[in-house]
Amino acid sequence: MFVSYKWLQEYVDLTGVSAAELAEKITKSGIEVEGVEILNEGIKGVVVGHVLEREQHPNADKLSKCLVDIGEGEPVQIICGAPNVAQGQKVAVAKVGAVLPGNFKIKKAKLRGEESHGMICSLQELGIEGKIVPKEYSEGIFVFPNSAEVGADALELLNRDDEVLELGLTPNRADCLSMLGVAYEVAAILGRKVKLPETSLEPSSEKASDYVKVMVEAVEDNPLYVAKIIKNVKIGPSPLWMQTRLMSAGIRPHNNVVDITNYILLEYGQPLHAFDYDRLGSNEILVRRAKEGEKLVTLDDVERTLTSDHLVITNGKEPVALAGVMGGANSEVTDDTTMVLLEAAYFNGATVRKASKDHGLRSEASARFEKGVDPNRVRAAGDRAAYLMAKYAGGEVLEGGVEFDALTVEPSVVSVTLEKINRVLGTNLEMKDVKEIFDRLQFAVKIEGDMITVTVPTRRWDIKIEEDIIEEVARLYGYDNIPKTLPIGSATPGKLSDYQKRRRIVRQYLEGAGLYQAVTYSLTSEEKASQFAIEKRDTIRLAMPMSEERSVLRLSILPQLLEVLKYNSARQNDSMAVYETGNVFLANGHDVLPEEKEHLAAAITGLWHNHSWQGEKKPVDFFVLKGVLEGLFSKLGLTDRVTYVKAQIDGLHPGRTAEIQLDGEKIGFIGQLHPSVQKDLDLKDTYVFELTLKTVLEAETESLQYEAIPRYPSITRDIALVVNKETESRTLWEIITKAGTPLLKEAYVFDLYEGDKMEEGKKSIAFSLKYVDPERTLTDEEVTKVHERVLEALKEQAGAVLRG
Amino acid sequence: MQERLKELQQEAIQKVEQSSSLKELNDIRVAYLGKKGPITEVLRGMGKLSPEERPVIGALANEVREAIGATIEAKQKALEEKAVLEKLASESIDVTLPGRPVKVGNHHPLTKIIEEIEDLFIGMGYEIAEGPEVEQDYYNFEALNLPKGHPARDMQDSFYITEEILMRTHTSPVQARTMEKHKGKGPIKIICPGKVYRRDNDDATHSHQFMQIEGLVVGENIRMSDLKGTLEVFAKKMFGQDREIRLRPSFFPFTEPSVEMDISCKMCNGHGCNVCKQTGWIEILGAGMVHPNVLEMAGYDSKKYTGFAFGMGPERIAMLKYGIDDIRHFYTNDVRFLKQFSKTE
Repeated sequence: MFVSYKWLQEYVDLTGVSAAELAEKITKSGIEVEGVEILNEGIKGVVVGHVLEREQHPNADKLSKCLVDIGEGEPVQIICGAPNVAQGQKVAVAKVGAVLPGNFKIKKAKLRGEESHGMICSLQELGIEGKIVPKEYSEGIFVFPNSAEVGADALELLNRDDEVLELGLTPNRADCLSMLGVAYEVAAILGRKVKLPETSLEPSSEKASDYVKVMVEAVEDNPLYVAKIIKNVKIGPSPLWMQTRLMSAGIRPHNNVVDITNYILLEYGQPLHAFDYDRLGSNEILVRRAKEGEKLVTLDDVERTLTSDHLVITNGKEPVALAGVMGGANSEVTDDTTMVLLEAAYFNGATVRKASKDHGLRSEASARFEKGVDPNRVRAAGDRAAYLMAKYAGGEVLEGGVEFDALTVEPSVVSVTLEKINRVLGTNLEMKDVKEIFDRLQFAVKIEGDMITVTVPTRRWDIKIEEDIIEEVARLYGYDNIPKTLPIGSATPGKLSDYQKRRRIVRQYLEGAGLYQAVTYSLTSEEKASQFAIEKRDTIRLAMPMSEERSVLRLSILPQLLEVLKYNSARQNDSMAVYETGNVFLANGHDVLPEEKEHLAAAITGLWHNHSWQGEKKPVDFFVLKGVLEGLFSKLGLTDRVTYVKAQIDGLHPGRTAEIQLDGEKIGFIGQLHPSVQKDLDLKDTYVFELTLKTVLEAETESLQYEAIPRYPSITRDIALVVNKETESRTLWEIITKAGTPLLKEAYVFDLYEGDKMEEGKKSIAFSLKYVDPERTLTDEEVTKVHERVLEALKEQAGAVLRG
Repeated sequence: MQERLKELQQEAIQKVEQSSSLKELNDIRVAYLGKKGPITEVLRGMGKLSPEERPVIGALANEVREAIGATIEAKQKALEEKAVLEKLASESIDVTLPGRPVKVGNHHPLTKIIEEIEDLFIGMGYEIAEGPEVEQDYYNFEALNLPKGHPARDMQDSFYITEEILMRTHTSPVQARTMEKHKGKGPIKIICPGKVYRRDNDDATHSHQFMQIEGLVVGENIRMSDLKGTLEVFAKKMFGQDREIRLRPSFFPFTEPSVEMDISCKMCNGHGCNVCKQTGWIEILGAGMVHPNVLEMAGYDSKKYTGFAFGMGPERIAMLKYGIDDIRHFYTNDVRFLKQFSKTE
């Protein structure tokens, strides 16, 4: 809503309060003023001139040579390029020395050999947006009414010596979509009174009801309809002050009748519509839902096909307007109109919203119906419009309005105790403070003991309950004046849950291990959504996606991380390590919430380590990433419960992929990207894993228990075993561990040889075994006995022989 | 004989002093003090001397031996020290060369901001509540006083999956769920961070997915002044002690009264600049007293219980705090962007 500071002064005295100060006060008490525009900023030296003579420029077809009286000294010669300049006009002249928007300085000039002492201005040149300039002046200069005084300040006449406040209205404050609504608000803020506009009329001998009948079929959509008849109107321009006010609010002037309806829309917040009575084709108004497929050509000359969702005004037979949205071309007011049927009605917001949405017609009028209008202002708005039509369109307003009225309007009555107000706000207000606030709002109050009962005028339909009343008190008392305290009451332990704590540990660990955290989108394409999914489920698709690329909920994180690698690799960062934790979404069926599981995915590519000046370069490999993962499980106390089982997964290298299991259950995978996938993404060798983090973080773990440090020395025996190439180290390790119990403390691989010195199909794998007894020093014989047992088991169960 | 010994001493000492390596020095030791050395030889010839002369010469010979020995020892020590120094000198390095890099990643800036806020509120007795990102229409809208048909719940603005299910448009449903879980009993002090989704085209200031953090306090005596005090603690901690805060009345369907909080602009210190659109203030969050309908729907007696709630956008906070100009950076994950947030402030 754009509010002209000068116009507002008609309704409330703003003495001593500048536009900027007013903006600050309005913002602080609840309506954000998003900006204050000074309309004549950067413009000076523009006066009213009288075009005494106009003749064709001798050397240019499109220029005119004018002699203009500018109210000082001799008339001056001005060259003008506007097609509509003519002798006898009163025009806006930027004198020599004037400044126009954009710091455009007017100087004496020679145009095609003829001197020009100034410039005759269009409204656009004076800083008015082209789309709100009246049509007749949009391609040329603006022409003042003949009454304009030569030499007068043109900007003042155009009401550009004004400031416009732009209000950012929240949906509850649609009452301020009108000058009167803003006036009540400002009056409450400043503690001043509201002056209402003039509506009194000369009585007429004729009755409106003799000219029209009003019937409403769709009562719920339209509980109140008032028709007024104005005879003998003369269509012409509206008064300049009205045009300039419309323009300051962003509305283009048309003619007196249309401008008056728009003016009332701004003044009262009540949309009106003017029909050409003679073109209605009947003397009745019937409001009903449209028939399926019924047609109406609206004012914008578009034929609209209607449905039974849409409310129409008809002449009893066919539609003449789409109610609350736009009038029909068939009954439009034209230059020849002499009799006007003025509609003031209360339309249901939801019905209007449906129609305006279906037809893509959002207008100042539909927006107001959608957000609500004051039911008690409908008649007043009609009366005021009729008054203005009598005054500025020479019309005669017939007696009375023809009404259909099924609207019951009762003001809200809300009671609240002073104790509650103070308890909610944390204030120490007294009853007189509260009463004063409602006096300023012009709400009637009744006080009984601690209880205040407020009767809320219908213009503030947002106020219904105690809390609304408390809010009015708070905002007019001033949020600045509310004290600052902290909650008191029983203490609550502030803490992270075990799950949240572990999640933080996972992040810190991975970052300590060299991975950056990424955050990517949950929505992806159908194709990517289920790529690398740990659990296969149906994908979940949005009903109305914005694009195919973001249409489906992800079942895995990895595809997004690969996009991250690709993006960075294309920007000269081909060595990278990233991880992400986030939810994936597993469908549970239609209208049932999906299961959301937190996953962890990581991807590493390029060089893992690069210490260039010392010539150390280590590309990523499977075991680099597996090491990271093992460290993570160790940190979470799960090392002994996690196993890696060779697996085949689409998109991963068939020989370099493992399923990760926790207590024998699949929780994820680790592997190298399939070379063809790497190639598609233009990546170097890339290793990835993804885990169901939720399962990992929720796994029950044992409490931490100290284990005594052995006091006796250990004995280490190294063995190199020759086994079949396919034999996995884990198998050997399990045999060793089982056979070596209890003296065997630790066994680990320390060498692997698969070179050409080995027999075909064999490899050598070496383990280091550490034996220790916490109670005493072991003898060589004792160790040998166990060690022999281990070797025997290896031979028997894995065909492993000691390498000679 | 005496002269011969003196000569030997002089000769040996001279050689010692001229020697330049430990080996040379050892050769001198063997040559002069060894069993076949000239001093031993002199002593052997003592039989020819008179008994009076013998002790004198014997004593002199020992003196000479000791003198040579001491000189050798001193020289040896000096040579050894020199060798150490030489070795150290040869081992000298350029200490300004860069060290072996330790690979360290870091939090995403949004996580950094969220954890900072979490920790701040944990310190004030809050717990962290989380909820589903795909939500029932009921929790996302209805339970928050946004009944069906409310303009704020346009299909155009939300990612619906079915009529009843959608991507949550804010983290507020977590509040509704938490209150429901508490079965009408207080106190509740939670903050709820998480991802939310809106049907927006991605550009410099809009993202179809973004983060939100909401806070909720419900109790028997929670006042608007408590909200104001809490928000001030938060703002000063997040944006600096010298920032001022201002509360403005606003509107949200789930709070009444509603509040928007501004902080004084850091760029211009409240004087007005492009960042704050000349107002001197920057909008940081929305808040308010929990609407009685919301309390009642979650099973609270709104006569007895009151509460406050606030919600903010970590992206916006990060953008203001770090001077980031495009929201898309958060989701592109350019490593040149990510690695800038490793520093501890």
